[in-house]
Amino acid sequence: MKKFTSLSSIAMPLDRANIDTDAIIPKQFLKSIKRSGFGPNLFDEWRYLDHGEVGMDNSIRPINTDFVLNNPQYSGAQILLTRRNFGCGSSREHAPWALEDFGFRAIIAPSFADIFYNNCFKNGILPIVLSHEIVDNLFKYSGNIVINLEDQTVKTQNQVFNFDVDAERKRRLLNGLDDIGLTLQYENQIRSFETEHFNKFPWL
Amino acid sequence: MAETLYDKLMSAHIVREQDGATLIYIDRQLIHEVTSPQAFEGLTLSGRKLWRNKSNLAVPDHNVPTTERSSGVNSITDPVSRLQVETLDKNCKTFDINEIQMNDIRQGIVHVIGPEQGATLPGMSIVCGDSHTTTHGALGALAFGIGTSEVEHVLATGCLWQNKAKNMKIEVNGDLGDNISAKDLALYVIGKIGTAGGTGFAIEFCGTAIQSMSIEGRMTLCNMSIEAGAKVGIVAVDDKTVDYVKGRPFTPIDENWDLALEYWKTLHSDDDAHFDESIVIDASMIKPQVTWGTSPEMVVDINGSTPDPEKEKDQVKAESIRNALKYIHLKPNTSLSSVAIDKVFIGSCTNSRIEDLRIAASVAKGKKIADNIKLALVVPGSGLVKQQAEAEGLDQIFKDAGFEWREPGCSMCLAMNADKLEPGERCASTSNRNFEGRQGQGSFTHLVSPAIAAASAIAGHFSGVDS
Repeated sequence: MKKFTSLSSIAMPLDRANIDTDAIIPKQFLKSIKRSGFGPNLFDEWRYLDHGEVGMDNSIRPINTDFVLNNPQYSGAQILLTRRNFGCGSSREHAPWALEDFGFRAIIAPSFADIFYNNCFKNGILPIVLSHEIVDNLFKYSGNIVINLEDQTVKTQNQVFNFDVDAERKRRLLNGLDDIGLTLQYENQIRSFETEHFNKFPWL
Repeated sequence: MAETLYDKLMSAHIVREQDGATLIYIDRQLIHEVTSPQAFEGLTLSGRKLWRNKSNLAVPDHNVPTTERSSGVNSITDPVSRLQVETLDKNCKTFDINEIQMNDIRQGIVHVIGPEQGATLPGMSIVCGDSHTTTHGALGALAFGIGTSEVEHVLATGCLWQNKAKNMKIEVNGDLGDNISAKDLALYVIGKIGTAGGTGFAIEFCGTAIQSMSIEGRMTLCNMSIEAGAKVGIVAVDDKTVDYVKGRPFTPIDENWDLALEYWKTLHSDDDAHFDESIVIDASMIKPQVTWGTSPEMVVDINGSTPDPEKEKDQVKAESIRNALKYIHLKPNTSLSSVAIDKVFIGSCTNSRIEDLRIAASVAKGKKIADNIKLALVVPGSGLVKQQAEAEGLDQIFKDAGFEWREPGCSMCLAMNADKLEPGERCASTSNRNFEGRQGQGSFTHLVSPAIAAASAIAGHFSGVDS
């Protein structure tokens, strides 16, 4: 897993609530059997004016200049600032894959959908929950933002905001630990649980 | 200490706890072709072994065509879709995983075939790389959707790290009216608590309306829990659950059945269990529901109208209403029953079981779809549902009314196969998501129950069964 320690970047403001994973990466791109290469199709239906399909040359497609992703002012932003319930809907991990592939490493919102929130951590993306009021203020702020996971802080030029993150998720993200490798350290414990479990529930 | 059903199910599967994270054992992983290839690839690249092949059951459903497909995988004309199904076949062969292949009579939507086969049982911990895994909670199982990294984690370790959810109780008392179904109840609940209302919670549905609801109805309800933001939706085990499960291919028999039964009878919340939130709903108040916007919470009674953003005080909400109305080409204060539709879709893991098809057929019987309906699709949830429906003559009722009778799969719920809406087309759909572009770029989805879908197909616009 990719590490996340700290980040300094401007934030791209995507001012919409309830953005679902279908919008983040439309279904036709889920046909890929690969884990990479989804970035050019991130927010495909909002970002381009034509209908996107797998295998198109995205560099020559007509772009929607009204969509924030195409605004050169935010080019290179590694932080996405958005509204409540981001990532709702489908469990597709292609959504964080596309966000990460595009270059986002942190997302700030008042709330996230559960499955999406969890999927972010598996891909080196830090989802940060801040209050509606703070998020509102960040939408009015255009400067650099510094995120520090160790300290659990988001800093603007004049202000510092603290955020919560589970200790175990934080440890894994800070160190870029491999979840499966970690779990397999407890292989014996799993085996003995399994034996007992099947004794108790022999029909499983 | 008094426990909720969710707490009991979690406790029964805890392998290890550390720093607030819990490692739980997974009894069953359901696998489909879209969210698994990268997981199998990860397993192969890291040289890790499959933990336990018997825990897994695979089926292709998202990409499969619903038209003539006697030549199996070769019937999939889109080469990218075909490769995904072929990859599932190959991975299941390599890892010796039980797969119900495309042309098997048992093939169908993963959340339909799990319960149908008895592969998902009360008390089990069940995961699938698909958010609608909540469906299986209807049987009193701990079931939730996961991402592909977690699919790989379960393949490799048989376990998953979880953070415990909070408990929410939704108690529904009284009787649902005629032609009012679990789908209407689900949409009503989502309208009430919002698409994030259940975030961080496991929802237990209870009350007299749930007790008298069929298992298939409970599946519809639990299926839609994720649209309220809840990763888990569950119903306690009762006699209906036991009757449903009995005699299915994967269901235990003989002394294991007796042992299982004894355990399953404990699968309910204790009387004085603590819920972090409780909601009480009077079932008799619920009318047929139809969504008007681009989120399942944007829902009204079928006699209702689209909202007016000018009357909404919350600016973020007002903006959402404006965006949704603009996308879906409806003006504020438009009566839904005046809105004409182009297509109708009856299917999906929400509403493609035999009871759904029976209700829709009873509404369509002896009638014809309206002239303005370009296509009305009925897509059974599995080959066995299709077979049962045909034995009951439901296929003929649908065909006589002008519906197309198709092969099983996810179909136009998410339009990964050839079944999709064209830009600007409006659909009455029994599926679960009305997001922008869900059924085809630039298309408009309105979520309804099977009864309303059939009635609307006949009326040519959104319509209740009586009108």
